[in-house]
Amino acid sequence: MKLTKEDVIYVADLARLEIDENEVDKYVEQLGKILEYEDQLNQIDTTDVLPTAHVLPVKNVLREDVPVPSLDREKALMNAPSQDKGCFKVPKVIE
Amino acid sequence: MEYEIVIGLEIHSELDTKTKIFCGCSTAFGAEENTQTCPVCLGLPGVLPVLNKKVVEYAVKAGIATNCNIARFSKMDRKNYFYPDLPKAYQISQFDLPICENGSVEIDVDGEKKTIGITRIHIEEDAGKLNHDSTGTYADNNRCGVPLIEIVTEPDMRSAKEARAFAEKIKSILEYTEVSDCKMQEGSLRFDVNLSVRKFGDPLGTRTEMKNLNSFRALERAVEYEAKRQIFEIEQGNKIIQQTRKWDDDKTESYSLRSKEEAHDYRYFPDPDLVPVVLTEEYISNIERHLPKLPWVRKAEYMEKWNLSDYDAEILVASKEIATFFEKTVDVCNDAKSAANWLMGDISATMNEKGISIEEAGFSPEDLGELVNLINKNTISTSIGKQVLKEMFDSGKKPSVIVQEKNLAQMSDAGELKGMVLEVMKANPQSVEDLRSGKEKAIGFLVGQIMRQTKGKANPQMVNELIKECMNEI
Amino acid sequence: MDKINTIHEINALIDAGEITYEDVAMKYLDRIEDVEGKVDSFLKIMKEEALEQAKAADAATDEKPHSELFGIPYGLKDNICSEGVETTCASKILKGFIPPYDATVSSKLKAAGAIVLGKTNMDEFAMGSSNENSSVKSTKNPWDLSRVPGGSSGGSAACVAADEVVFSLGSDTGGSIRQPASFCGVVGMKPTYGLVSRYGLVAFASSLDQIGPITKDVTDCAIVLNHIAGHDEKDSTSVRKEKEDYTSYLDTNIKGLKIGIAKEYFAEGLNPDVEKSLQEAIEVYKSLGAEIVEVDLPNSKYALSAYYIISSAEASSNLARYDGIRYGYRAEEYDDLMDLYKKTRSQGFGDEVKRRIMLGTYALSSGYYDAYYKKALQVRTLIKRDFDEAFKNCDVLLSPTCPTTAFKLGEKSDDPLEMYLSDIYTVPVNIAGIPAISVPCGFDSNGLPIGMQLTGEAFGEKHILKAAYAYEQATDHHRKKAKL
Repeated sequence: MKLTKEDVIYVADLARLEIDENEVDKYVEQLGKILEYEDQLNQIDTTDVLPTAHVLPVKNVLREDVPVPSLDREKALMNAPSQDKGCFKVPKVIE
Repeated sequence: MEYEIVIGLEIHSELDTKTKIFCGCSTAFGAEENTQTCPVCLGLPGVLPVLNKKVVEYAVKAGIATNCNIARFSKMDRKNYFYPDLPKAYQISQFDLPICENGSVEIDVDGEKKTIGITRIHIEEDAGKLNHDSTGTYADNNRCGVPLIEIVTEPDMRSAKEARAFAEKIKSILEYTEVSDCKMQEGSLRFDVNLSVRKFGDPLGTRTEMKNLNSFRALERAVEYEAKRQIFEIEQGNKIIQQTRKWDDDKTESYSLRSKEEAHDYRYFPDPDLVPVVLTEEYISNIERHLPKLPWVRKAEYMEKWNLSDYDAEILVASKEIATFFEKTVDVCNDAKSAANWLMGDISATMNEKGISIEEAGFSPEDLGELVNLINKNTISTSIGKQVLKEMFDSGKKPSVIVQEKNLAQMSDAGELKGMVLEVMKANPQSVEDLRSGKEKAIGFLVGQIMRQTKGKANPQMVNELIKECMNEI
Repeated sequence: MDKINTIHEINALIDAGEITYEDVAMKYLDRIEDVEGKVDSFLKIMKEEALEQAKAADAATDEKPHSELFGIPYGLKDNICSEGVETTCASKILKGFIPPYDATVSSKLKAAGAIVLGKTNMDEFAMGSSNENSSVKSTKNPWDLSRVPGGSSGGSAACVAADEVVFSLGSDTGGSIRQPASFCGVVGMKPTYGLVSRYGLVAFASSLDQIGPITKDVTDCAIVLNHIAGHDEKDSTSVRKEKEDYTSYLDTNIKGLKIGIAKEYFAEGLNPDVEKSLQEAIEVYKSLGAEIVEVDLPNSKYALSAYYIISSAEASSNLARYDGIRYGYRAEEYDDLMDLYKKTRSQGFGDEVKRRIMLGTYALSSGYYDAYYKKALQVRTLIKRDFDEAFKNCDVLLSPTCPTTAFKLGEKSDDPLEMYLSDIYTVPVNIAGIPAISVPCGFDSNGLPIGMQLTGEAFGEKHILKAAYAYEQATDHHRKKAKL
């Protein structure tokens, strides 16, 4: 699969990265090279091989439904670049 | 009608747990902004989610109650998208292995029964709340991580009425199983509608989605509006565009949300921070055994045990609170028909008028049972009973106390009543003559006079008999 | 004072009453004063707090018996949270972020009484093999300041090698502890996935990340592991397991221990000096009575491909939260929300991080998931099976940690793929979730340290610690120090 300019622009948009025209070419080249290397994966026959999402057979890790104290609002908001009215502030979103 | 409307629903219901799905923050509604958050639900760097045990239990309950297959193996996935109400920029949900699948629920519309297929039920986390004003958008993350189940139906509904009936049925199921409090005004139960229209016999048309309908009325009206809109478009020769629309219940119209700059590409993948949920037969059957009685079980009991009509029983079981209230009332008065009539009639009307629930009515099932008993023992008449009920709503006093305080007991003293009867007959000779000449109607007028004088307290049966008795004495 | 070197040596001196905790802290702080300007190990040095703690440790000496880490100065990688201490992952996008919580390992080390001297430099978000991807500065290799210390835990390895701390904590996603340990001539271990809690470790690739110790010798490694291992309710992937005393496996008698050699790990591209050192190490093991067996790891050549897909895909999701809303950097000028996202992220992340986010997003995007992500998870199954098979015939696997010794600053920074190849021997271990340790095993013709990797089966830390210890006791590579 050959990586195209359109692919790079689409992916950058999905990932919320702003890239200019020069960078698009750079990404096409660099990612293209990496993906070429990745193409060796296609040489491997993985028919009937189950994917491993977790290396350890851990299951059913569950927490009791018991409340614990929340953060003070001041602490919750202390790292915010912009806050007001007890909330995280962002530019107005039009829904 | 030339067109068939095809409707599928996605219902989001907040689960009635004490804590959030992946952290110990409270889920209580109405707290001040950002006071129920922690590093986990704020998505701070490095923190990890741990699944709430009750969330699994509640989802399984909902699945069993809707006849779903419960997955022996399910897992959590990440749904990736950016939005200011989603701190991690991904929602933890379930993609290809939901916890429940392939269920069904029976609905009843105007006496016709129909089975609606349930595709799946999965568990996921709620997003935060955005408040907007002219200066910007403000993110309150209290709701981030509140546990949800999403119930997805097959496109099996064909009218607004059916959609509403299904939604009401789901609400009652979730209430009965105590999976959700279903407080719609708090957003605990929200509907998304997928709707398309087609000429009968045609393949499915292009569908649109309407999001976040928060009441049954909005659901019904949105379906009607959208169906009309689509039919109109088609009649005009236009194509239906697949899109997400938002319903404005105040304006009773929907509008297209600006189409996003990108297609939805959520890049689902298994959440590496969470491990699979593996359920045993034993776990599932244990939940099944302890499941509270479901509405249709109760309905069948009402019809069989108490001879209630299908219609009455259906109305009573629609709400768990009403059904429970009803059952307790019958325990006291042993008169299911009367208890049902009161609940479906005056009580329901007053509740609607006041906008309150049965729990807020101010009286207990024992009180209503006592009221029925007072009527059945002829202590008061049915019409006095209505007065007493009103007083019960207003003061919360027991019916017997109200009857005593307001001196509302029926006059059944023959001696006292006879004097009044004679006086009235003397004062209305024309009516007496009419009665004598066989005009039976005249008796009604005379009884009415007595009832007016006694402010309704006279026992009408007895008055009737006394009039006949006195005909000879006049 | 020259005996102040390892945790166990310091404890012996303290117990003998020869030195105080304040002496120890001062020694390391003075050393930092002397060499930090050359090495650049730290992003933040906590001198005042550390001295205060050391004084308090001296004052508290008479109470109950202390843990072995009591009063011991250490370095904490800047992707591990410590409450109230700026944690940036060496990224502009997290500048100023103060976590209101401790990582589980931080609170464990606090409870043990260890003293943090500073937050160590790293490749941004642990993505890199040279520390050149730090947004702040490049750490230098104490053995040759013109060379890289390796990465991503380059600061953590360099500060131990430069005697700026007694030990440090790093994180290892594809070799990020072992490769810099190898380059800097110190001991570094990646424990079994699930042995050490990841809570509070800023995630790079959640299914691969693991915190581990970087130390002067194998004994210290076992001591630190004792304190950081264990189940944590806050981490769903942490394993419930009976507690072990890892120091109890430190035994020089390894007669009959089966050491597996995979020919795949001695393939072309391996530096001849590195190969020679490894052959010598094999001879040492033979002389100690270990049995050498040949094993096959046929799918390990695909590990790097699978690794870059899995780690980048997970990273693309894990790093989506850096959006300029709740913490960290926000672009100064933007038009609307979309612009805020894009400018913040484009300005906040460095090139390598953006490249991996792009790669990972692509691998998960509609139409490519099966070809890349799912395929990589299937290959992971095959790699894991290879190791399972290999460990039926041996107790530990012996291999080089890296194909080369430390390379020059700037040498590989223009070619991402070339840089990735540095991790070719370390990556399969993370893919399979098993433990491995890198120990010094010699020097190349330039006098640069060479590392040997010993790999064990899942929760087989005892085997690799034992094998590493026996080798270390029979040699003295670990005693050599960088001249600064």
